Amino acid sequence: MRRTLRPLTRRGLLTGTLGSATLLATAGSLAGCGTKGAQQTEAGCKSDDLSATEKKIAFSNWPQYIDVDEKDESKRPTVDAFIAKTGIQVTYTEDINDNNEFFGKVQNQLAGCQPTGRDLMVLTDWMAARMIRLGWIQKLDKAKLPNVEANLLPSLRNVSFDSERQLSVPWQSGLSGLAYNAKVTGEIRTVDDLLTRPDLKGKVTALSEMRDTMGLLLQSNGHDPSNFTTAQFDDALAKLQRAVDSGQIRKFTGNDYSQDLNKGDIAACIAWSGDVIQLGFENDKIKFVVPESGVMLWSDNMMVPNKAGHKANAEELINYYYDPAVAAKLAAYVNYICPVKGAQAEMEKIDPDLAKNPLIFPDEAMLSKAKGFMALDEKQEKEFEAKFQKVIGA
Amino acid sequence: MTALAQLPTSSGEPAAAPIVRRGRYKLLPYLLLLPGAAWLLVFFALPLLQLAAASLYDPSGSLSTGYAMTWAFGNYPDALQAYWPHFVRSFAYSAIALVLALLMGYPLAYAIAQKAGRWKNLLLVAVVAPMFTSFLVRTLAWKTILSDNGWLVGLLRDVHLLGPDGRLLATPVAVVLGLTYNFLPFLVLPLYASLERLDYRLLEAANDLYASPLRAFQKVTLPLSMPGLIAGTLLFFIPATGDYINAELLGTPNQYMIGNVIDSAFLVRLDYPQGAALSFLLMAAILAIVFVYLRKAGTEEVL
Repeated sequence: MRRTLRPLTRRGLLTGTLGSATLLATAGSLAGCGTKGAQQTEAGCKSDDLSATEKKIAFSNWPQYIDVDEKDESKRPTVDAFIAKTGIQVTYTEDINDNNEFFGKVQNQLAGCQPTGRDLMVLTDWMAARMIRLGWIQKLDKAKLPNVEANLLPSLRNVSFDSERQLSVPWQSGLSGLAYNAKVTGEIRTVDDLLTRPDLKGKVTALSEMRDTMGLLLQSNGHDPSNFTTAQFDDALAKLQRAVDSGQIRKFTGNDYSQDLNKGDIAACIAWSGDVIQLGFENDKIKFVVPESGVMLWSDNMMVPNKAGHKANAEELINYYYDPAVAAKLAAYVNYICPVKGAQAEMEKIDPDLAKNPLIFPDEAMLSKAKGFMALDEKQEKEFEAKFQKVIGA
Repeated sequence: MTALAQLPTSSGEPAAAPIVRRGRYKLLPYLLLLPGAAWLLVFFALPLLQLAAASLYDPSGSLSTGYAMTWAFGNYPDALQAYWPHFVRSFAYSAIALVLALLMGYPLAYAIAQKAGRWKNLLLVAVVAPMFTSFLVRTLAWKTILSDNGWLVGLLRDVHLLGPDGRLLATPVAVVLGLTYNFLPFLVLPLYASLERLDYRLLEAANDLYASPLRAFQKVTLPLSMPGLIAGTLLFFIPATGDYINAELLGTPNQYMIGNVIDSAFLVRLDYPQGAALSFLLMAAILAIVFVYLRKAGTEEVL
C-alpha cells in the first residue's frame, strides 16, 4: 500500500492553526467560566439617593393590580392623585407576570450590584424572602413610613423572612384556600374532600406554587406550615402523591385555573381568594372555602432593590398607599385582602357590600386560621422544591 | 472570460481586467455574511458556549455562593437518569404527531399544489393565516374546543367513543393533537414548494408506460417531493420535540415533556447545571436523529 503524504499548503496550515486555536480558546474560556456568588450586602451595593433632586420613581407591579379609571383604563386615579400631591412622577410598569420569570429578569443586575432601573417592585413572600436572603433589598426608613407603622394589619407585621418589616411592606395580601363550582359539584369542606372524594376524580386542580399547595396539605395533616419538620413535609407530599397517582388531581396550575373552574372543566381546586371574588362577580356558583384545618395567608410585598436611585420617593409612595382612604380605593378595585387597618371604614363610603366581604377585610375568626409558610434557607428551598416538582411532574 | 484569458494574445496583454475585478469583489461575499454571522455569534454561539459551561458546573453550587467550574461531566448521566421518561415521552409524542401531520399534510400540500387551480393562493393563505395569531392564543383556543363541556367531547360521548366520564383535555391525546395542529404549517409549506414544481407531464408519462396510480406516486411523485418532505419533517419534528406549551396547557404533569423539565430546572428549581445538561442532551439526541435520518434519506438538496 502506498501512503501519500498530503503536501502542507499555506491554506492547510492556516486552517489547522485557526482550528486548534479556536478549540483551545473554547476549552480555555469554558474553564474560566463558573459564576460568582449572587450574594450581596446592602452596604456593598449602596448608591446615592437622588430623590431630592429627581422627583421620579419607577414602580414595577403585576398586571391588573391597581385601580383604573372606569372610563379610561389607562388612567390610574390613586397614582395620579399621588403625582398631583407630591410632584413625584411615577413610571408605573406592569412587568411582573410570574415571580420566577421576574427573578430571571433582574437576577444578573442584582447579583452584579448593578441598577435594575426600578425603584420599587412587588413580589410574593417567598420570592421576597429569597431576595432579602441574597442581600438585594434596601432597608426602609421607618421614620418616613408613619402610616405603615400605624395601619399595617397586626397579623402581617411579623413575617418569618422580615421579622420587623424593615425591608418589605405588603402591597396586597390574599388567602390560598379551596374553591368549587356549585353547578358541577356539591359543597367542599376540607382538603381531604378535594383529594379523595370519588365524584371529583380528574376534576381537581392544585396550585403549582409549592407554598400554597403544601401549606394547605400540611394544615390538613394537623401540622403548622409556619413551623414544620422535613418528615411532616414528606408526609404531606406523600398524600399529594397519592392524589396524583389515583388521577384525582387533573393538573397543577398558576392563575389559569380560573377559566377552567368557571367553565366547569374542573369542579374544585386550590385557589387564590382574589381570583375567586373576581370570578364570583360573573358567576355566583363559584364559592371560596376556608377549610376547617386552616388557610394560607400570603402577601405581595413592595421592596426597594439595591442601587435604586429614588428610595426616599419610593418610601413616600409606600406611605401614601397606607392612608386608609387610598387603600380603600385600591381594594375596591383589586379585591385582594387589604393590609391596611381603617380601610374597611373608608370602604363603607365606596361600596358597603365590599366592606362586608371577609375575603377583602377578613374577620378575627378567619385570620386566626390563617398561616404563612415557614421561611426556608437556600438548601431547604432547593430540597423541598425539587421533591415537590417531582410530584407535580416537572 | 477565463477561456479568453488563456488564449495567447498577440499583444502580450492578457485580458487581465476581469481578474482584477474579481479580486476587488473577493471579500464581498464575506462582508454580506457579516451581519448574519455576527448575529449568530452573539445570540447563538456565545450563549451556547455559556450553556455548555453551565452544564459542567459543580452541581453542589448554588445561586448565592455561585457555581464553580469543575468539569462535572457526571451532570449528564444524573440528569438522564432522573428524567429519561420525559425524553422518551417527548420523542414519542412528537413522532406520533408527525405521523398524523403527514397523513393530513401530504394530501393537503398535494391538493394545493396540483389541484387547487385558482383557489391555490386562498388555500395557502388559509394554511398560513393562523400564524397571525400567537402560538399561545391558538393553544388556548384548543382548550375551549376540547373542553369537558364542549361540543366535541359531547359528540364523542354520544357516539360512545368516550365513556360518560371520558375527557380529551388533560390527556396525551390533547397534547398530541395540539402538537400536530401547531406545527402542521411547517410541514405543509416546504412540501407544497416541492410538489408545486412537480411536472404533471411526468405523471402522464408514467401513465403511458402502464404504471398504476399508486406506482406512479411511488416512483414519480414521492421521490420528487423528497426534499420538501425531508425539510418539512425536520421543521416539524425539531420544535415539536422541544415544545412545552402544549404539554403545559393541554396536558397534566403526567404528560410533561422534556421542555417542561428544562423550564422548571432553570426558572423554578434554579438548578442551572441540570437544566443546561438536559438542554444539551436534548440537542444531542435531536442532532443524532436528524443525522441518521438525513443519511438514510440521502438528500443533498436540504443540506
